[in-house]
Amino acid sequence: MADIINEMNLNFLSRSYNESFARATVAAFVSQLDPTIDELSDIKTAISEAVTNSIVHAYKNGIGMIYISSKLYSNGRTIIKIRDKGCGIENVNQAMEPLFTTGGSERSGLGFAVMQSFMDKIKVVSKPGKGTTVTLEKYIIRRSVGNGR
Amino acid sequence: MAVRISSNDGVMTVFLEGDIDHHTAKEMRETIDLNVNKSNPNLLNIDFEKIQFMDSSGIGLIMGRYKLMNSIGGKIKIINIPNRLEKMIKLSGLIQLGIFE
Ligand SMILES: Nc1ncnc2c1ncn2[C@@H]1O[C@H](COP(=O)(O)OP(=O)(O)OP(=O)(O)O)[C@@H](O)[C@H]1O
Ligand SMILES: [Mg+2]
Repeated sequence: MADIINEMNLNFLSRSYNESFARATVAAFVSQLDPTIDELSDIKTAISEAVTNSIVHAYKNGIGMIYISSKLYSNGRTIIKIRDKGCGIENVNQAMEPLFTTGGSERSGLGFAVMQSFMDKIKVVSKPGKGTTVTLEKYIIRRSVGNGR
Repeated sequence: MAVRISSNDGVMTVFLEGDIDHHTAKEMRETIDLNVNKSNPNLLNIDFEKIQFMDSSGIGLIMGRYKLMNSIGGKIKIINIPNRLEKMIKLSGLIQLGIFE
């Protein structure tokens, strides 16, 4: 079993400014695993999708808190959870289908497809009226060992 | 300002800069649409060279402007897509529209 080497929590209001704040902050945290630029860019994109969904869908009628937690493991495994207490999703399978959207003409319905293809694993747990938790997982390839972490 | 626009003889070129996400896309969309509706160009070029990052909001931005140009009988071209955005563009299926250079 790989050891946890670091862990963090980040809570913020569902203001759209925080889309860039959240992806930059998580990327800075994950950087200690020495990811490639491409790996980091994949993670930033997936975080941006999940946080945006909480802002535009979960809290569409107001402002609420978004909770991110992340764990890093010694084997490069990276877990990032994005949770909201918003409206929830009635049918998760349908929501995750590419091009499905309830968001109108400026949304493409690609957010979940992006998370799926840019990360190694995604799990979505949602309860209507209670909120949604998206768990993203990616293995950062370890290219150096024993460098003092 | 993350949007710069030049216009010449029915051709409007929009130069975007920075990150495209749901937050920044709003201002980009409003600026583009205002200018397109004002001068009804035959061709709208959107230059992505200086875009560092984009999520699916960028795809929504392109789709929306594609529809807008269609509705006024004009064409749209997306130019100078950097390598770093290719994964997102490929996944979107937008390539089929034939609007990329
Ligand atoms: N956190 C959430 N709370 C409530 N509903 C959600 C949440 N996340 C996603 N959804 C629902 O799932 C649908 C699909 O989400 P997805 O991110 O794939 O596409 P989108 O957000 O509609 O468009 P895009 O991400 O391309 O801008 C959304 O339209 C919305 O109905
Ligand atoms: Mg989305």
